[in-house]
Amino acid sequence: MSGEEPISGIGPGGRITLAHGGGGTAMRDLIERVFVATFHPEGTPPLEDQARFDLAAFAAHGDRLAFTTDGFVVEPLEFPGGDIGKLAVCGTVNDLAVGGARPVALSAGFIIEEGLELERLRRIVTSMAMEAARAQVPIVTGDTKVVPRGACDGLFITTTGIGVIRPDYQISIAGARPGDVILINGSLGDHGAAILCARGDLALDVTIKSDCAPLHDLAAALLQAVPQVRAMRDATRGGLAGVLTELAEASRVAIGVDEAALPVRSEVAGVCEILGLDPLYLANEGKLVAVVAPEHAEAALEAMRAHPLGVDAAIIGKVAAEGRPGTVTLINRFGGRRAVTMPSGEQLPRIC
Amino acid sequence: MCLGIPGRISAILDEANSLVEVDVAGVKRSVDAVCVAEVDVPLSDLIGTWVLIHVGFAMSRIDEAEALETLRILAEIGELDGELAAMRDSQEARNSHEAMEIQG
Amino acid sequence: MRFIDEFRDPALAEKLFTEIAQTAKRIGAVRERPVTIMEVCGGHTHTIFRYALESRMPDNVQFAHGPGCPVCVLPRGRVDDAITIARRPEVIFTTFGDAMRVPGAEGSLIQARAAGADVRMVYSPLDALALAVANPDREVVFFALGFETTTPSTALTVLRAARSGVRNFSLLCHHITIIPTLRALLEQPDFPIDGFIGPGHVSMVIGTKPFHFIPEEFGLPLVVAGFEPLDVLQSLLMVLRQIEMGRACVENQYSRVVPPDGNKAAMAAVAQVYETRPQCEWRGLGTIAESGVRLAEPWAAFDAERRFEPAARHTPDPEGCRCNEVLVGRIRPWDCAAFGTTCRPDAPLGALMVSSEGACAAYYQYQGMKGAA
Repeated sequence: MSGEEPISGIGPGGRITLAHGGGGTAMRDLIERVFVATFHPEGTPPLEDQARFDLAAFAAHGDRLAFTTDGFVVEPLEFPGGDIGKLAVCGTVNDLAVGGARPVALSAGFIIEEGLELERLRRIVTSMAMEAARAQVPIVTGDTKVVPRGACDGLFITTTGIGVIRPDYQISIAGARPGDVILINGSLGDHGAAILCARGDLALDVTIKSDCAPLHDLAAALLQAVPQVRAMRDATRGGLAGVLTELAEASRVAIGVDEAALPVRSEVAGVCEILGLDPLYLANEGKLVAVVAPEHAEAALEAMRAHPLGVDAAIIGKVAAEGRPGTVTLINRFGGRRAVTMPSGEQLPRIC
Repeated sequence: MCLGIPGRISAILDEANSLVEVDVAGVKRSVDAVCVAEVDVPLSDLIGTWVLIHVGFAMSRIDEAEALETLRILAEIGELDGELAAMRDSQEARNSHEAMEIQG
Repeated sequence: MRFIDEFRDPALAEKLFTEIAQTAKRIGAVRERPVTIMEVCGGHTHTIFRYALESRMPDNVQFAHGPGCPVCVLPRGRVDDAITIARRPEVIFTTFGDAMRVPGAEGSLIQARAAGADVRMVYSPLDALALAVANPDREVVFFALGFETTTPSTALTVLRAARSGVRNFSLLCHHITIIPTLRALLEQPDFPIDGFIGPGHVSMVIGTKPFHFIPEEFGLPLVVAGFEPLDVLQSLLMVLRQIEMGRACVENQYSRVVPPDGNKAAMAAVAQVYETRPQCEWRGLGTIAESGVRLAEPWAAFDAERRFEPAARHTPDPEGCRCNEVLVGRIRPWDCAAFGTTCRPDAPLGALMVSSEGACAAYYQYQGMKGAA
């Protein structure tokens, strides 16, 4: 395979050096033999400075172009259930998917810290390629920079994506209406808990897999069943609490969440007990929250549960008929009600 | 303050340093068991014991009988109080009945 | 999860809510003069808010959220000391996550980390010691915070460090003790509290006897409580029943974890390693005699204060804080003009906004600004 051809400029221990960002042969080798060879194993496309699209092909699939970008930084770079590369593809695919867009193409920008092992980079790039293939969306253009040690943390990736939205989909964060039903496609906090444990500094011995997954297919299945989905968001940083507070504010509605209905894996619950964290605020990378009219709730739930990424889907709450707009209230098993507020900053363990 | 959680001692990691492994809902962690160990009793006797863990130390053995007793009292609260309330009510009813009789 | 789920049973909670309401009524508590029970421990405050227990209370029963949150009462000067030490290039400064956001005069540890200090979060002081062993060319300092529950863990860590000859490990010690602080609160004139929910995990270490002075000298009931919602509700009911019967004693609701005599091994380690500080400063409460400990002379080598000699500045609490009045239940958080305006969880002014165990932060976080009104 061409990806295994030698790359010039590699430092001791098989590491990336500043030469790989220097514009010369080392950089060309890295781009051709790692990035291009991995993303386009079928053959090298002409190396233009930009990807080019046939607009008519886009227009055949919808009436609006969706366009989104996201930067990815994570420590550790590789963790149970994923790595920064998989994250970078899924994150952008999901940002397109929750708008009802069919992802069409991705770009990928890499900022590499000198000293990163080439093998590690290869693994991450391969993982990106696999995920992009799974999502049936090509990575069509990209960029590479190498920065001196300490200027970034191993590897940063930025992905940008475009997609096409069908004319009949009208999905908006401002679209929730009183009486609507809120669904999620599975358990809360898997990614956040996986990263906390994978960092190792809390010395917790458990393998929690990140839920990192591309949601375009699930979203498509849901929209197939219920094209009238009102609002959809992926619950990433800030967790479910972050999405619901945004939804309540943007739609000017009051949201009620049933705590007993929230799906949480037992290991994640265990980590939360040990560290005094709340799964409501932990990050997810493969979870979407959907809002549908009450008459579509059952169909939406059924469609989600029929998909491998929605087996544990649940109805978790609804948009209240009355109540102060912009608020989210959690109703617990004791009938107690508490406000769910927007998370402020990083979730820190509460121990002493 | 003082977040503490129950875990079950699942293995002995280092007898000399009294380090054991505890299991909290499938999450495992090394903790120091010196505060729950007994002098001249091997740590291995602790395997299966439930302990209360705080910042990496097992600070108390959980007394299962006491836990059951607390739950028993909790379960009885409603019923017992229901009976007490019924007694009180009937007492009040009797009192008011007597009062009526006197008035009558 | 065993010993947790059983104590979160909604059906049992319903019975307790009913019984609490009936007992409060029989006591004669009314909305204008509610029966006020202080939960001493921040862990209980957290449970009360996390499970929204307060929202199920009748209007004649009120919680006063006590001083037992160690990061809330951490004085600003101590945070400044911590940052001074953390900034030293040879130092790896380790702390529980709780303390990362507590502001001193010059910002918080999280901000110090952003500015280049090597500040790391650990779950246990033993993890900090392990870092010292793994980094023999660095100085590892652990920020030893917490009440009697946590003090044994750092004492045992120092003993272990001494035993294994680790020399690059030290504690910045700000362990505090709840008993002198409760006494100081109780000695205030017109202390408006009718009874206490006692700190379960402190009691697991020191036992229940140190609380006896509360009924004996001040005539108020105290029930040592566990931290699950049913524990808190049952303990509240036990306090109310004592009031109803005109009794005042120490009861132990958390007998599954708290032995009457506490934990001897833990107390022995504390006695061996620490000595009482003559005076100790509390954010929001001022200076309270003998309410903290420091490393005793034989362990001076493990004392970061002696090793790095931070300025040990006294930084007064900011103007406009009414934490003290909130702490004793004289005012509710929203009665303070700073609440939610100049004092917010992301920029706390006063002690009680610092951690989610602080009453103000808990109200802010779990009830929202308007929920308080």
